[in-house]
Amino acid sequence: MTAFGTPAGRPLGRSGSPGFRFTLFAALSVVIMYLDQRQHYLEHVRYALQAAAYPIQLAVNSPATAWRWLRESVATRESLQQENVRLRATQRDLELRAMRYEALARENGELRGLREALPPVVERWLAAEIVNIQQSSLRQRLLIDRGASNGVFRGQAVLDDQGLIGQTTHVGPWSAEVILITDSEHAVPVRIERTGLRTIAVGGGDNASLALPYLPANADIRSGDLLVTSGLGGVFPEGYPVARVTEVHRDAVQPLAQVRAATLARVDTDTEVMLVWFRADQPAAPAATLNAAGELMHGNAAMQAQPAPPKPTAAPSTTAPSTTAPSSTAPSTTAPSTTAPPAAPPAPATPSKTTPSKAAPSKATPPADPAAAAAPAASPAAPPAAAPAPDTAPPAANGARS
Amino acid sequence: MTGDSRGRMLASALVALILTVLPLPPWLDVLRPAFLVLTVFYWSVNAPRSGGIALGFFAGLALDVFQGPVLGQHALALALLSYMVMREHQRIRSKPAFQQALIVFAALAVYEFVVFAIDGWTGHALGSPLRWVHVATGALIWPLTAPILAYSAGRLT
Repeated sequence: MTAFGTPAGRPLGRSGSPGFRFTLFAALSVVIMYLDQRQHYLEHVRYALQAAAYPIQLAVNSPATAWRWLRESVATRESLQQENVRLRATQRDLELRAMRYEALARENGELRGLREALPPVVERWLAAEIVNIQQSSLRQRLLIDRGASNGVFRGQAVLDDQGLIGQTTHVGPWSAEVILITDSEHAVPVRIERTGLRTIAVGGGDNASLALPYLPANADIRSGDLLVTSGLGGVFPEGYPVARVTEVHRDAVQPLAQVRAATLARVDTDTEVMLVWFRADQPAAPAATLNAAGELMHGNAAMQAQPAPPKPTAAPSTTAPSTTAPSSTAPSTTAPSTTAPPAAPPAPATPSKTTPSKAAPSKATPPADPAAAAAPAASPAAPPAAAPAPDTAPPAANGARS
Repeated sequence: MTGDSRGRMLASALVALILTVLPLPPWLDVLRPAFLVLTVFYWSVNAPRSGGIALGFFAGLALDVFQGPVLGQHALALALLSYMVMREHQRIRSKPAFQQALIVFAALAVYEFVVFAIDGWTGHALGSPLRWVHVATGALIWPLTAPILAYSAGRLT
């Protein structure tokens, strides 16, 4: 460590002035932010970082784990017996209901005109332990102890025994981060069970509430209504309980009702959650099942910031960045000329200073028909702009984040 | 400033990181000071040559992994904080604890503003105004934290 033995007379730092080094690191941060935010190039980096961070998170959680282990190991015989009795009762109850469920499923299948009852929508499930939990107004996240090595994928639905909890956002090798449905960046497409009305439930930012900001004031909804997943959005299957409406506020001057709901899942008391895999060919499965292998999970806009629908699946993602850079200037300069026809005289000048090859068609035609000129001029930008559309459209949650 | 000092620096940063990601009940979480930021502040003031901006950057990157919506967000904010503090480290060092706490307040406010601004630019949730509370608690706790950090740095025995 001779590097630290800098002579006293030398200014701070080993290489370069602090200002230079700050500029360097600031530029690096900005590049990282850009790559992470815009292009999602850094998923692999995040994967590695998540693996590196996992030991710390385990260590942080170890007191809680140790406490739970201690409590379980010193639990008395009586309390265990009591628990056993309770569990047996619950099991009987569930078995009874399952019996009825079988009959109902068969009946439903007959009503639908199918030969036999459909297989259950859940193909398999996996219990995961909660390692860490963040609950601030900014972030409502869980860290669970299952990751890519267990087959967990991004955008996988996470449930507990009461209802929906959230979905995975970042998956590491042995751990995964789950965004809760109460996170203010999360929106889940729901259906009001009583009426069938579909809407979107946005996270309330605290530990147990959702807001339904898109219901008109005359919508048929009242306190106590059950919200279930609507099956749109491509992440959650249809019909899982999400929340119960707690508060409906209708204001005469507001066109929209203000509705709040309390989640059914109790994240703060859970120690385990369930990751589920759904049968893609089941009608109740998540809607967008075109490529369930992995890309579907990227498509849920509800968990993403709106400017960054990640990984356009349709368009070749390698061309997207390269075309946006040069051509984004060209359409943006030509666009004003079409929207504002009075500005026709300067219009030919603006495209000419950008890329001449792409602006050529618009330069030839502008005096004749600005609208027609817009079509070829805008087309180079169309693939990157339109590619995310199939991803963002189904959840309809894009607007939820405005 | 020796290799030993660097080890102490990393150890204190690790402890601060653990304190930062420790799960707390929501009401306590609001009050939790940004321990890692305070640690970076301390090292930038008292040993600018051993850590400096690199410490700020990597500490920020670690924060990003644990709780940033965008990688590089806290890295930029902490690099900026450590740069500003390093420039004035001699002046800050000679101040009594109370005035240092005021400087910490200002530094934390700048830090939180950068994080807040990036949240806004990248289209992430801005949260409630409660996110600013840690600026005050961090400044309040500074007179207590500074001796602990000094102890960890081997300056007090």
